[in-house]
Amino acid sequence: MARIDLDLAHAYRPNPQQDSDYALLPLKMSFDDGGAYALLGPSGCGKTTMLNIMSGLLVPSQGSVKFDGKDVTNASPQARNIAQVFQFPVIYDTMTVAENLAFPLRNRKVPQAQIKARVGIIAEMLEMSGQLNQRAANLSADAKQKISLGRGLVRPDVAAVLFDEPLTVIDPHLKWQLRRKLKQIHHELKLTLIYVTHDQVEALTFADQVVVMTRGRAVQVGSAEALFERPAHTFVGNFIGSPGMNFLVAQASQGQIEIAGQVMLLAHGQDLPDGELKLGIRPEYIRLRTQPSAGSLGAQVTQVQDIGTYVLVSAQLAGQKLKARLSPEQARPQVGDEVWLEVLSRHTCFYKSEELVA
Amino acid sequence: MQLELANISKKVGATHWLYELNLQPVPGAVTVLLGATQAGKTSLMRIMAGLDTPTHGRVSVDGADVTGMPVRERNVAMVYQQFINYPSLKVADNIASPLKLRGQANIDQRVKELAAKLHIEAFLERYPAELSGGQQQRVALARALAKAAPLMLLDEPLVNLDYKLREELREELTQLFASGDSTVIYATTEPSEALLLGGYTAVMDAGQLLQYGPTAQVFHEPCSLRVARAFSDPPMNLLAAKSRGNSIQLQSGQTLPLGVPQQTSADLTVGVRAISLRVNERPGDLPLAGQVELAEISGSDTFVHLSTAVGELVAQLSGVHFFELGSPLTLYLSAAQAYVFDNKGDLLLAPTRQGGDTQVVRRAAPKNDLAPSGGRPSTHGRGAH
Repeated sequence: MARIDLDLAHAYRPNPQQDSDYALLPLKMSFDDGGAYALLGPSGCGKTTMLNIMSGLLVPSQGSVKFDGKDVTNASPQARNIAQVFQFPVIYDTMTVAENLAFPLRNRKVPQAQIKARVGIIAEMLEMSGQLNQRAANLSADAKQKISLGRGLVRPDVAAVLFDEPLTVIDPHLKWQLRRKLKQIHHELKLTLIYVTHDQVEALTFADQVVVMTRGRAVQVGSAEALFERPAHTFVGNFIGSPGMNFLVAQASQGQIEIAGQVMLLAHGQDLPDGELKLGIRPEYIRLRTQPSAGSLGAQVTQVQDIGTYVLVSAQLAGQKLKARLSPEQARPQVGDEVWLEVLSRHTCFYKSEELVA
Repeated sequence: MQLELANISKKVGATHWLYELNLQPVPGAVTVLLGATQAGKTSLMRIMAGLDTPTHGRVSVDGADVTGMPVRERNVAMVYQQFINYPSLKVADNIASPLKLRGQANIDQRVKELAAKLHIEAFLERYPAELSGGQQQRVALARALAKAAPLMLLDEPLVNLDYKLREELREELTQLFASGDSTVIYATTEPSEALLLGGYTAVMDAGQLLQYGPTAQVFHEPCSLRVARAFSDPPMNLLAAKSRGNSIQLQSGQTLPLGVPQQTSADLTVGVRAISLRVNERPGDLPLAGQVELAEISGSDTFVHLSTAVGELVAQLSGVHFFELGSPLTLYLSAAQAYVFDNKGDLLLAPTRQGGDTQVVRRAAPKNDLAPSGGRPSTHGRGAH
């Protein structure tokens, strides 16, 4: 196991001039030994580039990669002693489940007794003990992917295990179980795990620290709670949560805030820079009022959807749109209703130039 | 247009791909085909499109039999999981292709309108390969809309896109479908996608059509355990129970004050959706104590897995919450929010819907009444329970 330090940037073309020339903008980041990390972002954000640089499949165009302080920038994946799990199962069809799991250990000449013990532990964790002597060829796609996960986890001495969207091929109903397995396994094995995904559930559930990336930049590194409660960037506010955070264009001046011609008083002691801001409030934290109240805005309901577990209300005020999530037990408004939406509370965030300021 | 599938089945070799089913998708609306992979969604769509003929049964459009008619003679637009465009044609020509085939006037104008609707105006002069996955799928969708076909079939069109993009495109699609110009059939494996699309939902499982009706109604009143399972994510919590006259007893000995009709079996299954389990107690609640196995976080919600005396439970809590693995936790359930199924898996009781119907307790109606059009397949019971 190892601590990984990155101080680098990467461009796939020579002589990068501007931000858009970089797949990965200059960054400095550390991954602690034994931690569970996720790299989360949409396709093209640079997360796979970062993973490939850590695994040694890609040499960064500038800067260095260190494992436990040792420079491994130009070292191959084998020399770095890392394990990798990919989107699609990579297993040997002609071997049994046990032989597949044992393969990385056998390759490294681990004594037979140790192999047997370790394969037993991993198979138990993945609930595959009953299938150890079965040929891998006839297993379902998700059973095969479980073997791939097992092979990634089987070596106790790896510097890190890197996962590249490992649950893509898994049926949604089974993803639940595998996410849970991975989390339990991390608690039991204490390996350094780095997990690339575009799926927020996988990232937030699996990782202690989530690195949110967009356009080659890591915009926030934090716990699930930090990303949800205090997104450091509007991108994070939108990307985390479904639907994401609402943003309203606002003007702040002297303890007041104006949105679409409606003026609200800020809470006592709240300090905002004057000028144009964005007010951010999550759909979960908007309160629906039938009467004007402090910190609320008048708006018109444009859509009411029964999403089964909750009710999603869309509303607009002078062209700005926002969504509120109501519990199914709450009274629901009708389309066209004039309502008051409470947007100022301890959950409200303010952004200037897309960065969190208050 | 009124599409009608009557007594359709599909058998390949000895394997039933589709068991006999009837379905009349509501014209001008979205019908979601919801089911896991291998449920038969794609097989059914291929029959609707005319890409395959059913082994038995009849497909008709506005009353006319089209069962053997090949796809090129039907007026159907299709969008697939993969982003399928003409690679050698620019985006504008891709969108224009169905218009040219029809010899329509004002093609440029129409292409621009469609491109604007799908936010790809800026890419009209590019080739598909120069676009991101999301943009490529927008081109495929624009081409399908350009066809202005009365029947539009979409087979998991968003599955290969990032989830935020999926969210955005799904919302736009819902608005486009709302025009009511086409009858839309939309296949998905995700319950939440069906709920966000609204419209009507046909739940499928293992080659069978289980239930068809307005999406929210099917969700709130699943006619069987199999439907409830297929239409719940996270899975519905299922607790083995016995009928005790005016109450239902769980394996832990705890009882729910719910009565079920006398002629039903003594063995029951109580179904509880994850959202109905709470960490805050209310008067009259049934407490379910256990240990936390895992808390999964989606951002908007936390899904807590608990192991208890009545089995493993999942609760859905709004927002981000942390729970130590293995820590004790008690979840609370109101009997009013429980579903009850009999030993065949048929629904006996469903919770009252807020803002929905006013019936306190809804008994399972005869099977076909629960499925407004379509109904249940003749061979059922396989795997129910």
